[in-house]
Amino acid sequence: MRLTNSTYLGSIAAVVLLASFATAQDPKQSPPQKPPSTNTGNTPVSPAGAPATTQAAQPPNTGRVRRSAYPEHPPADPAAIARGKAVFGVNCAFCHGSDARGGEGGPNLIRSELVLNDRNGELIGEVVHNGRVDKGMPKFNLPDATISDIAAYVHSFKVGGYDESRHQPPSILVGDAKTGQADFEKTCAGCHSLTGDLKGFGAKFSDPKILQQTWLMPGGSGRGFPGQQVAEVHVPPTTVTVTLPDGQKVEGQLGRIDDFLVTLTDSEGNERSFRRDGDTPRVEIHDALQPHRELLTKYTDKEIHDLTAFLETVK
Amino acid sequence: MRRLLSSASIAALASACLLGQILNPALLTQRLGDSWPTYSGDYTGQRYSSLTEINQSNVKNLTLAWTSKVTPGPGEQGASGGGRRGARTAAPVIVGGEGTGEVGTAAFGGATRIVGATLQVGGILYTSMPDNAWALDAHDGHELWHYFWKTKGGTHIGNRGLGLWGNWLYMETPDDYLVCLDAKTGKERWHKVISDFNQQYFSTMSPIVVGNHIIVGTGNDLDAPGFLQSFDPETGDLQWKWFATPQEKNDPGIETWANVDAARHGGGHMWIPGSYDPETHLYIVGTGNPTPAYTAHVRGEGDNLYTCSLVAINVDTGKLKWWFQTSPHDTHDFDSTQTPILVDADFNGKPRKLVLQATRNGFYFTLDRVTGEHLVTGKFTETANWDSGVDKRGEPVRNPKKDFDIGGALVSPANGGITNWPPPAFSPQTGLFYVPQNDSYAMYYLTETDPRGAMGLGGKEELGVATLGNYLTAIDYKTGKVAWRHRFPGNTTSGSSGLLTTAGHLLFGGDAGGNIVAYDPANGKPIWHSHLGLVSAAPETYMLDGHQYLLIAAGDTLFAFTLY
Repeated sequence: MRLTNSTYLGSIAAVVLLASFATAQDPKQSPPQKPPSTNTGNTPVSPAGAPATTQAAQPPNTGRVRRSAYPEHPPADPAAIARGKAVFGVNCAFCHGSDARGGEGGPNLIRSELVLNDRNGELIGEVVHNGRVDKGMPKFNLPDATISDIAAYVHSFKVGGYDESRHQPPSILVGDAKTGQADFEKTCAGCHSLTGDLKGFGAKFSDPKILQQTWLMPGGSGRGFPGQQVAEVHVPPTTVTVTLPDGQKVEGQLGRIDDFLVTLTDSEGNERSFRRDGDTPRVEIHDALQPHRELLTKYTDKEIHDLTAFLETVK
Repeated sequence: MRRLLSSASIAALASACLLGQILNPALLTQRLGDSWPTYSGDYTGQRYSSLTEINQSNVKNLTLAWTSKVTPGPGEQGASGGGRRGARTAAPVIVGGEGTGEVGTAAFGGATRIVGATLQVGGILYTSMPDNAWALDAHDGHELWHYFWKTKGGTHIGNRGLGLWGNWLYMETPDDYLVCLDAKTGKERWHKVISDFNQQYFSTMSPIVVGNHIIVGTGNDLDAPGFLQSFDPETGDLQWKWFATPQEKNDPGIETWANVDAARHGGGHMWIPGSYDPETHLYIVGTGNPTPAYTAHVRGEGDNLYTCSLVAINVDTGKLKWWFQTSPHDTHDFDSTQTPILVDADFNGKPRKLVLQATRNGFYFTLDRVTGEHLVTGKFTETANWDSGVDKRGEPVRNPKKDFDIGGALVSPANGGITNWPPPAFSPQTGLFYVPQNDSYAMYYLTETDPRGAMGLGGKEELGVATLGNYLTAIDYKTGKVAWRHRFPGNTTSGSSGLLTTAGHLLFGGDAGGNIVAYDPANGKPIWHSHLGLVSAAPETYMLDGHQYLLIAAGDTLFAFTLY
């Protein structure tokens, strides 16, 4: 597992700090929850009804905040949360973590069945008062009002796997720009030029992740999701040539195609559709991004990271 | 099959009542033909209909008989069906539920499509969306009743259909109730809590009726344990409950987890129905992904049994008979819930009782369904790159380098998988297993650097890159090799719907362009099509008034085709 221990040490330090600090402060709150429809194990389905995968991995940008599918605890009195946080820091945080997600030996309380079913400390209190000696949890002789404060604190955390407040990615720039430059010469320079179509490419992006997604598949489905920057890059459209039975060729930008119909927009802006019966009329698709698609089967992740590190320097 | 008068729904309902139970339980053990009484049409999961009136020679003459659009929610107006507008009084709307309904269907946008089975028994269709059930007259699609459940919330991603036992219908709700309805009137008989809403369970599965068992699965995207339950059809009382992961320190499989706490939060949710073998009393179902799905180190380095497995559960006892893991220690939320198909067929020169499954991770398996003995593993995609081969057990081996990366790991497939819930099909005429295939790629970025990992599906950001091809794919069950692929033209991100095969030498499926298509099951060549809008559920077929019908769900509308 490629995880460092630095954050862990940080959280231990936070425990110690909390224990002595005990200053009233709300726990970190989350921005509005994402719609719950993605990644449930059920394939997300596009609004038109087809099973979709890569596209629908992002929630549709409806421009409005959606309701949570699971009601949160009603907000508690901030003073109670503050008192609860102080008591939790002193008594609980070492084992259960300062954020209740688990610490030295104690389990994650946020996903605990008992905590999820607790309202105001009535279930938590039982465990606190009696302990779970077989599992190493001691008894605590705390008054009911304090238990209620602890519950208010624990319930103030966001419950869910999609907690955006935890999305604090470090830089994705992990590659080597020099190797990336060599890779560029070998793999990309046949079609692209740093002084031509890619001049100043790296300057178009403030987020290297979007830069990476964009060079991997310009105009691909990694673009256009909520809260993400979309860079203006020229993406050659997919075109199609339809050769009619009389030999006439009609060319244009591909609209849609299935086994029975092809729709294109010709150079004068007219949308034209042609019925397809097997190979009649003959249809040839010209996808300028085909080389990008084929490369997906060949890249190593290191090559991707190196290329991104290099393209980031192309300002 | 009883013939019903086509003139009036009242007569249809009355005749069904007069003749006793709406569903004769014996029908459930028969092979798929005149009716569609359970999720896959019959217990085998083959979706192979014995009907031949519609066949290769006349499928081009199929005619649209009617369409019917259903409207979820508490509205007063029932769907009218084609040409029936104003011709009769509105169908009754029965409202139940323990919530306010404020966070109901409409609040989650994506839940207004039919993505499950529509039952057809006695000339009546029973269809569903989350929080909603309808009975429609199969002759013209007009509504007989509409049941609406006021929800407390929960993930409203879809409802896979209703279960039918005698005169009673069973529906799961996103806020974790099993609701029993009178199939004649839509009136509620009772509802029971089937899982804990506070733990963020949500329930989408179609209940499966086996004898006097209502078999029910649920879903969850927090770190709650997955389980299968059996309920008494009369009382709704729990008969048994089987957990997909070990719950106590001495439970079998615990050695594949870091500790009991990890196992108890290990997922494995069964949200798609399984198939049933009446001879062995085994209910064979695919289990879901382990949780936390991505930051998997907290689960330990083991296989995490019995997640991402094919499991055989005795329906009388709720005990595990055998298991085979199709994705040990999954790290991409590639659950293995895809419908298993039961087939009695020749294998190495001997007749055998087999189970076939193609899973979300891009692998195909043939097993002996009595013993669980592994027979064949195949990879039906050329793009999947999360694995480093197959071990001596026949199970794919994960390549940890492709879990995710701070700089991004380019992985095929994207989270949606090479295939997913849309049901596969099998034809005994060709010996081929048919499955939608989506060769997708995504970048998986690690975003959680806390060594305790994330919960549920958190800890990563998955950004789609491209799809190299969407296919309708046929697999030889004897070898696991692809017999043919039909590629949908262009570079669509959506692909085939679920599938249906018939003894009329036909294979039906919705394509990426919004057509319902009849294919030649021998080679995948299209024979007939009609453009309806994206087909959202697997096509179905049944007999009505002595003629074969083809039923298609596209979004909120049902389309019935027949020959005139």
